[in-house]
Amino acid sequence: MKTLDEFVELFAEQFDETDASEIQASTVFHNLDEWSSLIGLSLIAMVDEEFDVALKGDDVKNSVTVEDLYKRVISKL
Amino acid sequence: MYNPFSLEGKTILVTGASSGIGRATAIECSKLGASVVITGRNEERLNETFKSLEGDGHLQIVADLTKQDDIDRLVSQIDRLDGLVNNAGVGRNKPVGFIKMEDLDYVYQANVFSGILLTKALLKKKKINRGGSIVFTSSISSRLNSPGIAMYASSKAAITSYMRSCAVELGDKQIRSNAVLPGMVETKLITRGDYTEEDMNRDKELYALKRYGKPHEIAYAIIYLLSDASSWVTGTSLVVDGGRLLK
Repeated sequence: MKTLDEFVELFAEQFDETDASEIQASTVFHNLDEWSSLIGLSLIAMVDEEFDVALKGDDVKNSVTVEDLYKRVISKL
Repeated sequence: MYNPFSLEGKTILVTGASSGIGRATAIECSKLGASVVITGRNEERLNETFKSLEGDGHLQIVADLTKQDDIDRLVSQIDRLDGLVNNAGVGRNKPVGFIKMEDLDYVYQANVFSGILLTKALLKKKKINRGGSIVFTSSISSRLNSPGIAMYASSKAAITSYMRSCAVELGDKQIRSNAVLPGMVETKLITRGDYTEEDMNRDKELYALKRYGKPHEIAYAIIYLLSDASSWVTGTSLVVDGGRLLK
């Protein structure tokens, strides 16, 4: 199983303009300037590939921090 | 009673009839007097549609049209058709950077290959009557774009283009071929959770009529194309989208 640190790294990979250092477990990701619905979709697709977990749009919407989303992924494993 | 849209005396096959637009189309066709053959993958849900059909002489055949054996079995159980609604379809959202062969296979098998191969099988066995009508359920996504819909949109563009080839090649037999291009319609395809309610409410603002469509509103367009009211209409794409393409 992937650790939180590994998840944070995969999470950061979905961004182009945002430096990886700006994304941590505690980051409130919806507030990032680069945040968009496409990045939301990319996260869902990344989680599908890396964890074989099918997230719903609401899982992303209702997560506040990166760690919140990680917890949702883990709970669906 | 005068009704140029009547389907009295016609036999019509509707694929993907176990839910959504296919179910509504099958039911409305039966109400307009057609004998309907319905097919779908899910036996229980197909039977629910079957029980909702009005009148007699209908047929339900469970089949997975991504399998050639099922197409052959379906075709062998059909006598003659006046209408074919190639409606069965699936959706899968992925950004272009994540598309895998397995995803393409899933979307294209259902949305493109099955319709092409079913049409071929019916034509080869000469089961579509002279004066018949083929209707494809396409999508306005083949004409506009939003993130994530690459596979779905391109599959619908493919089937729309195939529809035009059918129109050209089958014209001599007086068989017509057309497509309906719906905007977002309230079916399982969009309510299964890919989109949040907030996303959908924002999206609805892009529609001149400020709402998504209902399955029967698409069924009526399909019925126009099946009926003799459209006897000089072939190769066309009929947009039914609440004004979404105006944006």
